[in-house]
Amino acid sequence: MSATDDPHLGTAEQEPLGPPPISPLRENWRYFLANRGAVIGLVVIALMVLTAIFAPLIAPHDPTAQFRDALLVPPAWTDKGRPEFLLGTDALGRDILSRLIFGARYSLAIGLVVVTLALVSGILVGLVAGYFGGWIDGLIMRVMDIILAFPSLLLALVLVAIIGPGLFNAMLAIAVVLQPHFARLTRGAVMAEKHREYVTSARVAGAGTLRLMLVTILPNCLGPLIVQATLSFSNAILDAAALGFLGMGAQPPTPEWGTMLAEAREFITSAWWVVTMPGIAILVTVLAINLIGDGLRDTLDPKLKRS
Amino acid sequence: MPLLEVRNLTVSFPTAAGRFDAVQGLDVSVDAGEVLAIVGESGSGKSVAMLAVMGLLPAIAGVTADAMRFDGRDLLRLTARERRNLSGREIAMIFQEPVASLNPCFTVGFQIEETLREHTGLSAADRRHRAIELLTQVGIPQPEERLASFPHQMSGGQCQRVMIAIATACTPRLLIADEPTTALDVTVQKQVLDLLLRLQAENGMALVLITHDMGVVAETADRVVVQYNGRKMEDSDVLTLFENPRSPYTRALLSALPENAKGGRLSTVSSFVPSAETAG
Amino acid sequence: MLRFILNRLLLIVPTFIGITLVAFLFIRLLPGDPVILMAGERGVSPERHAELMAQFGFDQPLLKQYADYVVGLLHGDFGYSFSTKKPVLSEFMARFPATLELALCAIVLATVLGVAAGILSAIRRGSWIDQATMGVALVGYSMPIFWWALLLIIFFSTTLGWTPVSGRISLTQFFPSVTGFMLIDSLLAGKPAAFWSAVHHLILPTIVLATIPLAVIARQTRSAMLEVLGEVYIMTAKSKGLAQRRVIWLHALRNALIPVVTTIGLQVSVLMGGAILTETIFSWPGIGKWMIDSISRRDYQVVQGGLLLIAAVVMVVNLTVDLLYGLINPRVRHR
Repeated sequence: MSATDDPHLGTAEQEPLGPPPISPLRENWRYFLANRGAVIGLVVIALMVLTAIFAPLIAPHDPTAQFRDALLVPPAWTDKGRPEFLLGTDALGRDILSRLIFGARYSLAIGLVVVTLALVSGILVGLVAGYFGGWIDGLIMRVMDIILAFPSLLLALVLVAIIGPGLFNAMLAIAVVLQPHFARLTRGAVMAEKHREYVTSARVAGAGTLRLMLVTILPNCLGPLIVQATLSFSNAILDAAALGFLGMGAQPPTPEWGTMLAEAREFITSAWWVVTMPGIAILVTVLAINLIGDGLRDTLDPKLKRS
Repeated sequence: MPLLEVRNLTVSFPTAAGRFDAVQGLDVSVDAGEVLAIVGESGSGKSVAMLAVMGLLPAIAGVTADAMRFDGRDLLRLTARERRNLSGREIAMIFQEPVASLNPCFTVGFQIEETLREHTGLSAADRRHRAIELLTQVGIPQPEERLASFPHQMSGGQCQRVMIAIATACTPRLLIADEPTTALDVTVQKQVLDLLLRLQAENGMALVLITHDMGVVAETADRVVVQYNGRKMEDSDVLTLFENPRSPYTRALLSALPENAKGGRLSTVSSFVPSAETAG
Repeated sequence: MLRFILNRLLLIVPTFIGITLVAFLFIRLLPGDPVILMAGERGVSPERHAELMAQFGFDQPLLKQYADYVVGLLHGDFGYSFSTKKPVLSEFMARFPATLELALCAIVLATVLGVAAGILSAIRRGSWIDQATMGVALVGYSMPIFWWALLLIIFFSTTLGWTPVSGRISLTQFFPSVTGFMLIDSLLAGKPAAFWSAVHHLILPTIVLATIPLAVIARQTRSAMLEVLGEVYIMTAKSKGLAQRRVIWLHALRNALIPVVTTIGLQVSVLMGGAILTETIFSWPGIGKWMIDSISRRDYQVVQGGLLLIAAVVMVVNLTVDLLYGLINPRVRHR
């Protein structure tokens, strides 16, 4: 077949010589906004962040203040409810709404800290493994396999048992457990990108190893990492709440949602609101983040976008 | 009466930017036993039009036509059962990507015999016999053993031969071939084309060949339809087309053939593109 | 195919060694003296302390300790429980059927419902059925299951009184343990009442444990089906005049199942993690609850052994799924 049969093929099939142009941020953003669920998720999380920042201004009461005359008061809309305790009080007479508002601070901080730790360490480990290959890669990936061989919650529990219960230790443990996902993703992307022309040309142009890894290759693997970071954010919140529920995470009287549920367990027959409210808070937060994550995946994953 | 008659076919897709017409007011007719080439570049709507004939477009596609008839039967008003009786038995289609056209999870034999099971009353043993016969016909060596092969164990050319075997299993009256050689090696392209033409002649079936290769057109077709941008530019027999092309687009296509190059420079069709809007 | 199997087997050897290393290091990494830690508030006399240090081998050099540990493992010695004085392995074996029974019920429920929902969503893409199913799946995927368990208890046990709150079976039912599975043993003993009691006890824990895998499987099945339905070979199948049913349930599903099987395999690890929470809430006498109890009792030999055994179970299941993947994927089976 001669090259002139289809005049457009000639130009279309040329390999790009330089790095592909930076993804048009504005177009991605518009695509993301077209996803109704993602926008709802974004709005919920924005409200959550505002709530966390302005918690002392919004909360009607001190989250640890115990109203001795108001133990287990049901929500305000029920018969025995009292208007000053909108969502009722717990067994110690603390205002549930105020505790939930302050709890937003913990959940968002947990997500942020865990994802930052896991993302940074995972990217570094993955870059090293993917870039150098050979036995370094083999060793690193076996270690990641080992971490992934354990059920994540079990490993986090055992790690907390070693370093001691508490919110920060729980976050560390969860970060360790989530980190291999980032390492694997980064490594895979680096392996795929390493031999592309633009990397070779950057190397020929004299770019150093560190510059090649961080400036040349990394930006081209960002899409899947961002999606994974969102998923990890919600996983971190769920796992931290589970650890809190099992008594290995945040300790009472911290108004962390999982810990609140642990304290509420004995009242499932008598005071449903003590049990229901923190769970709704966790569910809504995680749901909102997952909606954003789905939206980001549809936006950033070109393979799915086409379909 | 033509075997396939399509009048004023329009296919549109809803997109984020509004309605997109992939095919606009196309007229095509195919007589029994004739070879018709539909020529046009990618995105000119030639494949979409034939997918509409086969009823293979997704539900979101809007298909309208004044007439779309096969052997007098209205293709737009077929019930699902009537459509199934027609597809694979009287009209068959093969696609551009031979490897992707075959199901990777089933053997070649299974995929050939499946068509026979659907449309013929043959026994299992007869189906197997016929499948071997078909593979021999399309030029696959050691057909008995090949029946148990999976598509990934065969080359692209062999997969396309298998696809041709599947399509011609029930000796259809019309075979639509959508760029059947584009994805193949140059040496294999000619063999597959010759095979299609041989089967067309032997079975007396009509062949619609979708292509962008004017060389292929010259070698194979009785008649040519030139498509551009969803519209029909030209419809004539192959001699007239090459000697006296009517539309400027066809002239541009022809002058882009290497044989017609003058002064050591190849001309390109893209130089034609702006005037297409005014001509269309 | 043989090379594929050997490859997989070889790949798990270093991982397994690594797992023994993690389990081994766990006790050694505990801050402070392990014997004093395990003794906890009861305290321990200096003589008993030295005796225990020698018994556990903590007075040996680290490398020797690890060698002894591995040799012990090879002889089936996973250590002794500090609180019950029984071998960890026999304690594990006594509890494992309870977890297995629950996990099997959950994975079957999740697979059957998840695959069905995923297929339905894919073939009705964009319809209200699709949107509702995927909405529910996303909620399930985001669910804090320990809270979900409490909600179900409030509704079905406390309010409606339909299901029991805890345990595997009513305490008034007795029958010999043969397989360790209540559902099977009760039928073997010919006691339908006991069988129904076991079923009742299983319902809520199964739902709770199945929730996240169900959501994941439904989402994965849908996207796998959508991808496959866009393939050319599906067009080929339709152009052959095959019935819609055959195109979807044979040609599309057969291909979509390949990634779905992998997903189902990955859920086993999720199930083991979920079992910790589910068993704790429903007082289910399996290994998840056993691990939590042992951690809070500071019975670290049990935690060590349990960690190793659970990881081994997960690995064996993953290996099986890998081999199954090879079996259902012709591109691996017939190279």
